[in-house]
Amino acid sequence: MSEVSSIARTPSVTTEPRLIRTLLIGTVVVLISVLLFAPLIAVFSEALRQGWVAALESLTSPDARAAIGLTLIISAIVVPFNAVFGVAAAWAITKFDFRGKAFLITLIDLPFSVSPVVAGLALVLLFGANSWLGAWLIAHDLKIVFAFPSIVLATLFVTFPFVARELIPVMIEQGRAEEEAALTLGASGWRIFFTVTLPNIRWALLYGVLLCNARAMGEFGAVAVISGKIRGETTTMPIMIEMLYNEYLSVAAFTLAAALALLALVTLVLKSLLEWRYADLLAATRRH
Amino acid sequence: MFIEIEEIAKEFGSERALHPVSLSIPSGALIALLGPSGSGKTTLLRILAGLEFPTSGRVMFDAVDATGLSVQARRAGFVFQHYALFRHMTVFENIAYGLRARKRRERPNEAEIGRRVNRLLDLIQLPDISSRYPSQLSGGQRQRVALARALAIEPHMLLLDEPFGALDAKVRKELRQGLREIHDTTGLTTVFVTHDQEEAMELADLVVVMSMGRIEQIGKPSDIRTHPASEFVRTFTAA
Repeated sequence: MSEVSSIARTPSVTTEPRLIRTLLIGTVVVLISVLLFAPLIAVFSEALRQGWVAALESLTSPDARAAIGLTLIISAIVVPFNAVFGVAAAWAITKFDFRGKAFLITLIDLPFSVSPVVAGLALVLLFGANSWLGAWLIAHDLKIVFAFPSIVLATLFVTFPFVARELIPVMIEQGRAEEEAALTLGASGWRIFFTVTLPNIRWALLYGVLLCNARAMGEFGAVAVISGKIRGETTTMPIMIEMLYNEYLSVAAFTLAAALALLALVTLVLKSLLEWRYADLLAATRRH
Repeated sequence: MFIEIEEIAKEFGSERALHPVSLSIPSGALIALLGPSGSGKTTLLRILAGLEFPTSGRVMFDAVDATGLSVQARRAGFVFQHYALFRHMTVFENIAYGLRARKRRERPNEAEIGRRVNRLLDLIQLPDISSRYPSQLSGGQRQRVALARALAIEPHMLLLDEPFGALDAKVRKELRQGLREIHDTTGLTTVFVTHDQEEAMELADLVVVMSMGRIEQIGKPSDIRTHPASEFVRTFTAA
């Protein structure tokens, strides 16, 4: 805080005239209000249009509860998996030199560039009844498409890059010197990872995990294609919201939407809390 | 420990960082590897530490082949150019890291670790900074902490990569003296890399002048001054 005020008091060479500053800040505030806050408030007010009781009732319906449960389970599976994968990939890419590194980075980015709907369709093609693999799976009574495993697969695919992408620039910037120092001090690979590498990337990792989690809970396109939208079975929260909305059950739809938004907000609040709690430590590790 | 480097060469891809070089470092000596950037001096130092492996040739420690020995097994105290202190650990934890990383059997207990860390902090003449983080230290203090951390593992040799490179002239002079004193107290075979001929001449018992991946001359500072072996040595050390 003190830093901000001291900057405001002593004009620096990069400071713009007051008018331009006001204009810039004003534009940002207006845009944020219109594009971010207004829709969020609209969702909540629409959800509560018929009062708390109606909203809560729609949330406790069996279908809504199934959808919430499914979404939470999916992210509980996908987020840890992608966190581990992301750390492993970022570690491999930044700490070692090997052939095909650039190609691997491109591959990790693939889910960002491919539309989730395409990803969903690709999974249907791969695991569906018409493929060789799908036929084999059906013959062995393993249901993938239009069932729980397919939703996990689709969500895994879509949220694949989040953690790795967050970590790679941080780890490149930090370089390998601290790991090498630990090596010369006699530490083993695992020890170095847990005592040097992981503590240095924990904030980036946390941020990546939060982003990954938000996306895992909110993913619509890929899941819509591959889940088959079987009510109470393969409907995640976003799918359920769309179904309710299409059936003109707007209170139920908006209540569930508000619940989804709340879950995302909780993760954001959590992050801010952690940053506030460890502000000193954070500043110490960044200034070095 | 005496070190022998026998016909060590190093290639990075198609690039030759070191042509076969040979060098004997007597036990307890303080040696400078002196040369401009790209002369291969840091590569040679990292090969001694086990952070890099030679394409060909042998490294001998006390007449035993150590070429394939892992970094951890070499017990080389290494001071990195930018010190590479663990930024999320206090000075105490930094210095204690190597002791705590030991196998349970060889690991001293916490009280003993505390005693040793404090002794090292006394040695580097910074007894009161044990609870600070690296970001709260000056450049000179960081360098000394890095030195203490390297010494904590009771190393068989001390290797320093441009130990004074990131410091201003005044601190540089003080710490030069500090390194000489620490070397004389511990009696460790010490090799440091520098591009500063004055530093090499003033501090080292033996100076190894390098250029383009080759050793140009090995000798006492006075000999190199009075009898430069090549035109390169003459111009580089005259600067």
